[in-house]
Amino acid sequence: MVRVIGVGNPDREDDAAGIEAVRRLAAHGHPGVEARVCRPDPDDLLTAMMGAARVIVVDAMAAGTDPGTVVRIDATAAPVPAELFRGSTHGLGVAEAVELARHLGVMPRSLVIYGIEGRNYRFGKPLSRDVSFAVEQVVDRIEHEAAEAA
Amino acid sequence: MSRPSATRARRTLAVDVLARVEGEGGLEVKVRRGALESVRLNIYEPPRLFEAFLRGRDFREAPDFTARICGICPVAYQTCAAQAMERACGVTVPPAVRDLRRLLYCGEWIESHALHVVMLHAPDFLGYESGIHMAKDHPEAVTRGLGIKKVGNAIMTAVGGREIHPVNMRVGGFWRAPAAAAVKGLRDRVAWALEESLELLRWVATFTFPDVRRDWVFVALRDPERYPVEQGRIVTSAGHDLDPSEFERHFGEEHVHRSNALHGVMHGHGPYHVGPLARWALNQDRLTPAVLEAARAAGLAPVERNPFRSILVRAAEMAYACEEALRLIDAYQPFDPPAVEVTPRDATGWGVSEAPRGLLWHSYSMDGRGVIRKARIVPPTAQNQKSIESDVAAYVERHLSLENDALQWGCEQAVRNYDPCISCATHFMRLSIERV
Repeated sequence: MVRVIGVGNPDREDDAAGIEAVRRLAAHGHPGVEARVCRPDPDDLLTAMMGAARVIVVDAMAAGTDPGTVVRIDATAAPVPAELFRGSTHGLGVAEAVELARHLGVMPRSLVIYGIEGRNYRFGKPLSRDVSFAVEQVVDRIEHEAAEAA
Repeated sequence: MSRPSATRARRTLAVDVLARVEGEGGLEVKVRRGALESVRLNIYEPPRLFEAFLRGRDFREAPDFTARICGICPVAYQTCAAQAMERACGVTVPPAVRDLRRLLYCGEWIESHALHVVMLHAPDFLGYESGIHMAKDHPEAVTRGLGIKKVGNAIMTAVGGREIHPVNMRVGGFWRAPAAAAVKGLRDRVAWALEESLELLRWVATFTFPDVRRDWVFVALRDPERYPVEQGRIVTSAGHDLDPSEFERHFGEEHVHRSNALHGVMHGHGPYHVGPLARWALNQDRLTPAVLEAARAAGLAPVERNPFRSILVRAAEMAYACEEALRLIDAYQPFDPPAVEVTPRDATGWGVSEAPRGLLWHSYSMDGRGVIRKARIVPPTAQNQKSIESDVAAYVERHLSLENDALQWGCEQAVRNYDPCISCATHFMRLSIERV
């Protein structure tokens, strides 16, 4: 079983990428996937990761690549580049939460992060087309990974 | 991100983005020929126009609107807004409502103080860049802090319906009094958080504190029975004892042109200080015996004028909030109706409470239909702006011999002593519209 955690803001256009990925996974109902949403908050993400051996986190990223670019990071192998997943000034981002988990000894056995480069983050707008397509790709890849792990 | 200048005759420390504070702010310190020239705390988070857009809204909307000023202290805003509207309408809420508000507010103190003490402030004393870096060497303390924060959030969810911008408070009371099981079910976790808070206080007491003394006037609330949280009269170390309606006669705000925040001033006294040190100085006798004993064992003097030691008081207040939450949980009985009727009238009302960062004051005027005609909100961090700048100035003057890196570190720490919530401090900018 793979736990997939979608992180983001549902009201800010491409920042909803992780949440949309989880929504589509939940709709597909793959037996090897447990999908949930959480806020980009150290508490929430640490809690969401606990108790699962295999975790995949999906979040929008701002890496300066083309919108819709997908990056897959094995977070157990090395620190997650913080500049990819910039959090707000009011909370910690995914990268910081993962490092916190590492230092506190609560990392899952396997932790993968999918970052999807966003185009825009405007209030109240739906996902841009590039990002929506990228979410579909990530969903496919996750379901493949879950099937291989089973 | 910072840019120290190269020459010794003139040194400029410019911190473009302050780390480990709520919101966005920067700091600029100028030293010329060995003497301090200026200190500026720059707030550049976009100005919030809450006081302006509340005009024309229904008085019942004020708690939910003002909660959005801050994601970490929404209960403070909801409490003040509800209180002010209730006072304007001539309504007194029953003790059950007051106690449930106090419990919700304790949840906020617990989560806010836990986050600041462990993740934002402790790293300064132990020489770490961030709470994340500190976690590697102090996993137990960080786990403890995050666990305590979670308990505060659990109280806010159980009583307020949601941990971020709780939805259950309204003018007159609540939308629903939680079921007894939902509140009593918190007991074990809060009892755990109390013990862990006392352990955190013991840990913080081992830190080394710079030797600093500041002569601010302290301003805080005072309650007839308990340590002030959700209500009280406004008292100062200069001897004032004021009803919330008298606030504007003694306190004002200046809009500084280079900043989006308003700076608090006390008429006839200049800068003043609100927050944990002020509450401690003016209300020690209201703490529980256990917390008072733990605070004294941690080395807290009856009056603390060293801003760096605010972390000790925050840890003590965290323990107090846990102990007070236990008392309120044990006494809790669901009540019905969950709110009293509130009929609007053409009047002005005032609400005041102790946000985690200090005194928060609201004032609203409404017409006979309950439409808000005027709103004024004075947050704690705006009131502390001048004290923050004067603290940094005092620190620089005493430590001019330090190299820029070390001097800058001390300046940033001086700002973080206040647990500043820059989001709250930028809630208002004066707005005038000229139609031609």
